[in-house]
Amino acid sequence: MALHKPEPSNDAGGDMNYLVSMPRKVATIYLPTTVFLIVLLFPFYWMTITAFKPNEELLSQDGNPFWVQSPTLAHIKKLLFDTSYPEWLWNTVLVSVSATFLSLVCSVLAAYAIERLRFRSSRFIGMGIFLAYLVPPSILFIPLATMIYKLELFDTRLALILTYPTFLIPFCTWLLMGYFKSIPFELEECALIDGASRLQILTKIILPLAVPGMISAGIFAFTLSWNEFIYALTFISSSEMKTVPVGVITELIEGDVYHWGALMAGALLGSLPVAILYSFFVEYYVSGMTGAVKE
Amino acid sequence: MSLSRLLENRNFLGFLFMLPAAALLLVFLTYPLGLGTWLGFTDAKIGRAGVWVGLENYIYLFGDQVARLSLFNTVFYTAVATTVKFALGLWLALLLNKNLPFKSFIRAVILLPYIVPTALSALAFWWIYDTQFSIVSWGLVRLGLIDHYIDFLGDPWLARASVIVANIWRGIPFVAICLLAGLQTISPSYYEAAVLDGATPWQMFRYITLPLLTPIIAVVMTFSILFTFTDFQLIYVLTRGGPLNATHLMATLSFQRAIPGGALGEGAALATAMVPFLLAAILFSYFGLQRRAWQQ
Repeated sequence: MALHKPEPSNDAGGDMNYLVSMPRKVATIYLPTTVFLIVLLFPFYWMTITAFKPNEELLSQDGNPFWVQSPTLAHIKKLLFDTSYPEWLWNTVLVSVSATFLSLVCSVLAAYAIERLRFRSSRFIGMGIFLAYLVPPSILFIPLATMIYKLELFDTRLALILTYPTFLIPFCTWLLMGYFKSIPFELEECALIDGASRLQILTKIILPLAVPGMISAGIFAFTLSWNEFIYALTFISSSEMKTVPVGVITELIEGDVYHWGALMAGALLGSLPVAILYSFFVEYYVSGMTGAVKE
Repeated sequence: MSLSRLLENRNFLGFLFMLPAAALLLVFLTYPLGLGTWLGFTDAKIGRAGVWVGLENYIYLFGDQVARLSLFNTVFYTAVATTVKFALGLWLALLLNKNLPFKSFIRAVILLPYIVPTALSALAFWWIYDTQFSIVSWGLVRLGLIDHYIDFLGDPWLARASVIVANIWRGIPFVAICLLAGLQTISPSYYEAAVLDGATPWQMFRYITLPLLTPIIAVVMTFSILFTFTDFQLIYVLTRGGPLNATHLMATLSFQRAIPGGALGEGAALATAMVPFLLAAILFSYFGLQRRAWQQ
């Protein structure tokens, strides 16, 4: 099956660099870009360096702080063997994968219905989906917490798997609607004439063509669930059920002595999975993000 | 009507396909939205269903110094952070739109602050802002600009500035990449024509780039304002609202009152109080910019 890659952006965009002299280019383009890059990436560099620094180096005021003299794995070892970190990782993976899968299934069906079946009031429902995307979790977490408690889901992974779709479904549906819109109607009409049912059209024609859109939506949904904080903080209380962001913030900070090495190692390990996944699917991710905004 | 006929009916099929998404959203989004508004009018506490108290929560919050401060903080935080994010994001987008070496690599790397969990990158900022070991203070002392370490998160105004910087750092990539996508849709022939007419770079930016970019700016800024106004993670990790409630946003204060504090009704009222401001911000940025696009 041919996998469509989103087209790489063309470089044409208003570029008349050849009219600009080299020293001027350095001052107005290269220098500011480098400064932006350094500022945007420095926290990650600092996180990584700290994660491998032995405590003596962290606490000493002299020496070059930007480099590690004798790198150590002590912080990572402490994290993996003396804390519940592996369990948090497992919870995060489990919750993110399930919530993403659930949301994708719901969104594909909904987007197809809104964009292609054009049932009565489908435009109205499409608008509703967009409005749902604008509802921020910080407004919903209190009533959701009372509901979760009543449903006896408090402190379970299911509470997160069921609530994450509230921000994933609107986003994915909106994104997939844009993708479905770009698939020509004629393909469906041909299939209808050949006697295919609507379900066959969806699974055999539309879905294969919408694979790039589904990858974009899936990657985006996975990162959003991996990064989710306020629901996981509110609905989970026991340590072995926590997700990585919440676990690191609530359990690794103890008293007044901050174990900076372990904290930064926790932040680094928690960031790596999404960063690696992102690095494989940059184009999909960017097209998902910009596609959702451009509509 | 037989089942197979029914399955070809687009209204029935549409209903069937919408069912899973609609069920999840109605139960976990629409219903809690209503429930939250209702809770704001009750005196619900954790473990005790509340009774209707009318506007009591809102009257109490209106007289509450901390709640009023949190409203000021939220507006200040949103106004400063979104303005700077827009300015720097637009600048970065314009830079990335030039023919740079390693262009796609740079573009990919720049999004990292947006990809990584905010709670975890906020932790890195917390370490950068540390009172004793801050690398920023270290650098400034070495350069001879200051003689003692800065207490970034200890002083009210410094703390506000510090959390705003962290928020800007996180938000620039989103603004820049979205605006870059907009820039790439502008046809280069406009610029060629402008150059032939002797237009300066500033004129080209002002009369070609900006007007054609306005619709996308409207959408990006609407999202940016929305997410900044309701921000929670950064504040929770960096300051928990301190020092002296100087960085408490409405979202963090409503969490503090409702979950550790147990006053669900009060927290829900605070959260609901954000809605009119959000609507106003969305309408303002969306229609304000849309109208300008239409006028030009």
